[in-house]
Amino acid sequence: MKTAETNKLSGRKQNKSAVEEIAQIVFTICASFTILAVFSILLYMFLNGMPALFKVGIKGLLFETVWKPTAAEPQYGILYVILTSVVGTFMAVLIGVPIGILTAVFLAEAAPNRLAAVVKPAVELLAGIPSVIYGLLGIMILNPLMYKQELALFKDSETHQFTGGANLISAVLVLAIMILPTVINMSETAIRAVHPSLKSSSLALGATHMQTIFHVILPAAKSGIFAAIMLGVGRAIGEAMAITLVSGSSVNLPLPFNSVRFLTTALVSEMGYASDLHREVLFTIGLILFVFIMIINILMERIIKKGGNMDA
Amino acid sequence: MKKITTKTVAVLAAAILAAGTLMACGAKEEAVEVNEPVEAKAEEQAVEPVEEPAPAVEEEQAVNVSGSISMAGSTSMEKLANAVAESFMAKYPEVTVTAEFTGSSAGIEALTAKSVDIGNSSRALKDSEKEAGAVENIVAIDGIAVVTEPTNTVAGLTKQQLIDIYTGKIKNWSEVGGEDGVIIVVGREAGSGTRGAFEEILKIEDACAYANELDSTGAVMAKVASTKGAIGYVSLDVIDETVTALALDEVEPTVENIKSGSYFLSRPFVMATLGEVSEQNEAVQALFEYLKSDEGKEVITSVGLITVD
Repeated sequence: MKTAETNKLSGRKQNKSAVEEIAQIVFTICASFTILAVFSILLYMFLNGMPALFKVGIKGLLFETVWKPTAAEPQYGILYVILTSVVGTFMAVLIGVPIGILTAVFLAEAAPNRLAAVVKPAVELLAGIPSVIYGLLGIMILNPLMYKQELALFKDSETHQFTGGANLISAVLVLAIMILPTVINMSETAIRAVHPSLKSSSLALGATHMQTIFHVILPAAKSGIFAAIMLGVGRAIGEAMAITLVSGSSVNLPLPFNSVRFLTTALVSEMGYASDLHREVLFTIGLILFVFIMIINILMERIIKKGGNMDA
Repeated sequence: MKKITTKTVAVLAAAILAAGTLMACGAKEEAVEVNEPVEAKAEEQAVEPVEEPAPAVEEEQAVNVSGSISMAGSTSMEKLANAVAESFMAKYPEVTVTAEFTGSSAGIEALTAKSVDIGNSSRALKDSEKEAGAVENIVAIDGIAVVTEPTNTVAGLTKQQLIDIYTGKIKNWSEVGGEDGVIIVVGREAGSGTRGAFEEILKIEDACAYANELDSTGAVMAKVASTKGAIGYVSLDVIDETVTALALDEVEPTVENIKSGSYFLSRPFVMATLGEVSEQNEAVQALFEYLKSDEGKEVITSVGLITVD
């Protein structure tokens, strides 16, 4: 059988090289589609996003807080929107990352096999749930809960505008849950990739299992875990559907009980009806979002590269 | 090993072929669409000389109108556009009407870019849009209802109270004769036709203090229905038992009251064309004729709207 196969191979050498060439061409075409897509998106976003930046002025757009795009004298200040995205993402990461990393440690190191067999599929299921479902659950569970807190907290407030529970906290909680699977899966992979000899040496030197985890394994998996965090940040800053349902979507300073608007939800909610300069400004918001994502990607590349160098 | 490679290449090649075919199909379809108006025009010219000598039979001949009408625009007009398209195509089987719901501004933009025949707008056209050649044809009037959560005891508001609630001067239901409880002000996003109409009629353009800016009529209904103390505004025709529609200045939001002009929250539904209706192709002209006919008026009222005349 084996000899027959070898004969066949050598017998059809020309044929084979033709197949190889075709495959090469097919792969090149496929790869160039991706590059083409990335560059055309990049070009499109800059072409559409830059004009409004100059028409409104960088100060009027990025450092003003009043968003009244349809007023007689329209104002396009998106400082609060940018702040909301930054603060919201930061808070979501602050909540989601510790839980995520510790879950990853649990799965990779501490979990009894039977329990891991339950937790692991659950995490994967969490990753597969469509974001709109998170939003719906947020409306039905988080918002009424927040409304109760709001009524109690601001009972005597003269200035607070009641939102019915649609606020920054709701959005942050939804985001924190949504980034969990990303953080858990990537961190777990990083932890599992730590060479067993490190763990054995640590244990052999008399360190306890927990000491080994926190002083040896986690530091060794550092670069992978940072990459996980950055991916989580990317997911959180780019999420739109779930938080547009729970955040209230009014442009306000990102305080916990304020109704807030994120960069993504600003795009989602107004694109359908926007016209003229309003529409162009929305493209600028898209561009800003795009730039944020690019920065995160570049940071992540750096971290992974740095980690690789350290290992070597 | 080799077999696997060959198979992979074959599958890949097949996939690429399939993709290519699909793309080609897409291109063909586009080409057809581009051609259609030209064909329609050609037909129009061909038919005209026949019609001219016998204008009396024009109405009967109208049944033979063929071609296609594409419209795009306001999501508020979705019900109307679909109902009109359906009944119109039933009457003129040779005509196909396609409608997309992308938003008023997007619809007019598509119209001035000549990619559709009719741009639907649930607000009066802006000057910039009229300058681009869009002509405003008002086909129906829509009433806007102010809704509250059903357990709310307030049954009506005055215009001034409504203005004060939406600008944030009144913050508690007890100030307008209801039980003690905070008011959650729910509205639509900037650019929405309903919001534009609501704020324009009340003369509170961009002076509103919204606690929630939601991006669809359905979302406003859901939020108001589920949040104690919430107030929102929606098209009259989507009102159901999950919310209470308030009387304004002691006038109930009913069709009769809007027609008579005593209920002040109402807005036009516009089917804009590029140039006057008389300059459009035969199919589009037939559609506007149809909307003015008794049958057309029946369709308009069947979706909760009010006819123009």
